[in-house]
Amino acid sequence: MDKNIYLDHAATTPLSPEVFDVMKPWMTTQCWNPGGIYTGGFLAKEAVENARKTVAEILGCLPKEIIFTSGGSEANNLAIRGVMNSKPKETGHLIISSIEHHSVLHTAEDLVRDGHETSIVNVEKDGQVLLENLKALIQENTKLVSIMMANNEIGVIQPIKEISNLLQNYGKNIVFHSDAVQCGTHLDCDVKKLGVDLLSLSGHKFYGPRGMGALFVKSGTPLRSQITGGSQENSHRAGTENVAGIVGFAKALQLAKEIRNSETIRLSQLRDHGIKRIQAEIENVRINGSAKHRLPNNINVSFWGVEGESILLMLNEKGIYASTGSACTSTNLNPSHVVLAIGQGHDWAHGSIRLSLGKSTTKDSLDYVIDELKKVVAHLRSISPVPLTPPN
Amino acid sequence: MNNSSGEKQRWIYSTTVKDHFFHPRNAFQENENFIADGEGEVGSPACGDLMRILIQVDQKTDCIKACRWSTFGCASAIASTSMLSVMITENEGMKIDDALKLRPQHILERLGGLPDKKIHCSVLGDEALREAINDYFKKSGQENRIPNAPEKVIVCACKQITNVDIEEAVLEGATTLELVQKKTGAGTVCGSCVPELKTQIEQTRKKYFSNNG
Repeated sequence: MDKNIYLDHAATTPLSPEVFDVMKPWMTTQCWNPGGIYTGGFLAKEAVENARKTVAEILGCLPKEIIFTSGGSEANNLAIRGVMNSKPKETGHLIISSIEHHSVLHTAEDLVRDGHETSIVNVEKDGQVLLENLKALIQENTKLVSIMMANNEIGVIQPIKEISNLLQNYGKNIVFHSDAVQCGTHLDCDVKKLGVDLLSLSGHKFYGPRGMGALFVKSGTPLRSQITGGSQENSHRAGTENVAGIVGFAKALQLAKEIRNSETIRLSQLRDHGIKRIQAEIENVRINGSAKHRLPNNINVSFWGVEGESILLMLNEKGIYASTGSACTSTNLNPSHVVLAIGQGHDWAHGSIRLSLGKSTTKDSLDYVIDELKKVVAHLRSISPVPLTPPN
Repeated sequence: MNNSSGEKQRWIYSTTVKDHFFHPRNAFQENENFIADGEGEVGSPACGDLMRILIQVDQKTDCIKACRWSTFGCASAIASTSMLSVMITENEGMKIDDALKLRPQHILERLGGLPDKKIHCSVLGDEALREAINDYFKKSGQENRIPNAPEKVIVCACKQITNVDIEEAVLEGATTLELVQKKTGAGTVCGSCVPELKTQIEQTRKKYFSNNG
């Protein structure tokens, strides 16, 4: 292989050249303020509003229901803090799942310090939330439910439509937010079909620019601005509009939609091929998360008796870029909260790696990765004192 | 991301760590017939690190003449065990009494350092070695040479936190008073142990981190 093989698309994706082309003028020759009352200002404003329209059409909502942010983490923060703190001094109850991204998890923890209550709904062994478990946690004062559409580590897709039906039938005004940051490329994010009130997206997960995200906010949803100081984004988010970023975000989302069907088919086949080979050719492995309700580009696997960081560093030497939920790369020395939440023990969680596929992934490159992975795991097991067969 | 394969991959630890990770010395081979005079193991798969050390001792010189090891863990765990095996067998082998004095910082020096938070979890080889030596003492009728375990003293009476707990907390990255308080709860009730806590933290930092930033 004469090129590095990038299998970390769930973390970030390269900017499409077509997207870069539409962004470039707005950073160079047309670097105007959309708030300016000169021709360039009007043109910049128009570009922003056209982009908003494009995004709204893809999400099936009104343009004014889209708020551009600096990324997925800001969108998640705005959704959760914005709803929970919508009324001054009023506290309430929030429900999230045990496998949310840290931008949801830590935000929820932070709100507890302000007097809000948080409940965590556990997921099943396949990584999905059970409706009855969620239902059991709903309280009189439940204000917001935040459940991610698909998980960043194990790729498990949640039954968002069923959850929104459940919440609507409940007859209370519970706001439903979904973090769809992993879904831009692979899933239909039509907010009406999903029945969500808030939905977060991130540009660089679908070959768009970094530092760009969006939050869909259904009209009438109470939301307190988190960044104050200007009337941009319908007074929901202050700051001079990132015109190039916004234009690029919309273009990338449009391109993602165009290739969604074909890429979903192609990547699902690659993913299943990869999983099948790993299971057939390496002993004592576990695939983390549901095989059925899974993003087409996610392979997450635990290898018994070896540690994820060691696997990655050996793969890196072969030019293979992947990631791990192992404790050794985290700051708190705990392995992935997601792999633990689906019921894997610490011993299995330490040996987990994630291969996230994307546009550049071919069958040949994936086969090469699995050939190398086999050698790396065999080598690390040969110097590991852990018995080769895991306890049942 | 499309570098040519000729370009060297970047690496997160020192070049010595890299060398020992990719070319481990004295690693135990499944098919070899290594008869150990002493054997020690520390850690567990659930903790993320497990190390086993086997030693052969020359009774006449009281030196370690050969060592084999196996390690489950991250790159720094593998490299540090490999380095330890070199240190105790080089130059005709290390005296048992000197081997008992080996501590993580000695291995760290030879490795060219490790990130602070890696030290406690990945440099466990010296503990496994002391176990192996004690095992050798037992098997060779020298039980009298087995050292006593370090004494545990309660520092924070309110929360029942010992000196050993504090040392562990510091090694896991709680390097300031606030962080140790947050991690262990020590000194958060009556506060009378705070001066003693500060001394303990300072001592641990000096003991382990003085040559490592």
